[in-house]
Amino acid sequence: MLDSLDKKIIAAMQDEFPLTEEPYRVLADSLQISENELLDRLQKYRKNGQMRKLGAVLRHREVGYAANALCAWIIPLDRQEEIGKVMFNHPAVTHCYGRIAPLDWPYNFYTMIHAHNRETCCDIAAELSQSANIPEYIMLFSTKEWKKTSMRYFQEDK
Amino acid sequence: MLTSFDKALLNIVQTDLPLSKRPFADLAVRLNAEEATVLERLRYLKDNGYIRRIGPFFDSSKLGYIGTLVAVKVEPEKLAQVAQFINRYPGVTHNYEREGEFNLWFALLTPDLFVQEQTLASIGQQPGVQRLINLPATKKYKVSVQFTLE
Repeated sequence: MLDSLDKKIIAAMQDEFPLTEEPYRVLADSLQISENELLDRLQKYRKNGQMRKLGAVLRHREVGYAANALCAWIIPLDRQEEIGKVMFNHPAVTHCYGRIAPLDWPYNFYTMIHAHNRETCCDIAAELSQSANIPEYIMLFSTKEWKKTSMRYFQEDK
Repeated sequence: MLTSFDKALLNIVQTDLPLSKRPFADLAVRLNAEEATVLERLRYLKDNGYIRRIGPFFDSSKLGYIGTLVAVKVEPEKLAQVAQFINRYPGVTHNYEREGEFNLWFALLTPDLFVQEQTLASIGQQPGVQRLINLPATKKYKVSVQFTLE
């Protein structure tokens, strides 16, 4: 489980990452711990999967991936694992979840597809529909981004 | 415009920033460049909006948070108002207007289910909200926002 120092570290690391020679030392100083302790804790989060990555997230539009579609699928539940694998293996699929859906909105599987343009998104979805053998799906293209941010964890403990 | 060096740098820095005392010097070795150049280009890419954020990305469920995806059907003339109301919740990380019957889709993280229920109840009561459906995940197969730049 996370102790209070873990929560302090995680909360602090939602802020700007210092773009300097020794970023972890700067962060450790602000947390009033040693650089080694910070590095050890970060290694631990990485090892136990609490941290899924340490690195940069790009603004997809700015780097040329202008189109994104939320693709909602209707899948038979007994094929969920197999379909999850097909989706996982496609590089254009960035997010993929099985979900509980209400009866009158039977879409129970969701993938995000990012591509350079709308046509490519449609082609990729058609390809996935074929290879995973799921005929029923809809593509929900975004028309406006109202919010996109990284979660700020444990702000209440900061 | 991105140079070929920028693209190579972005491809690497998206996946793993080293956990070492001089992470940018380590990246520089892999890119056959100077540490100062790596830092200078990263500052440029951050300041010019190519990089949204650098840092750790956590698995919210492993930190004890509960996530869900929510679809909302809003009267078009009330959409901006409802979107702004939703944005005010710190646990709302993504909020997109989309084509289709449900025209607003957001992702919500909360420390527990009670907060989630309360949040969805108050959003559901906003003027203009015709319907709100909660689509909690049964299983996560992939979260990997990585873009290969060529």
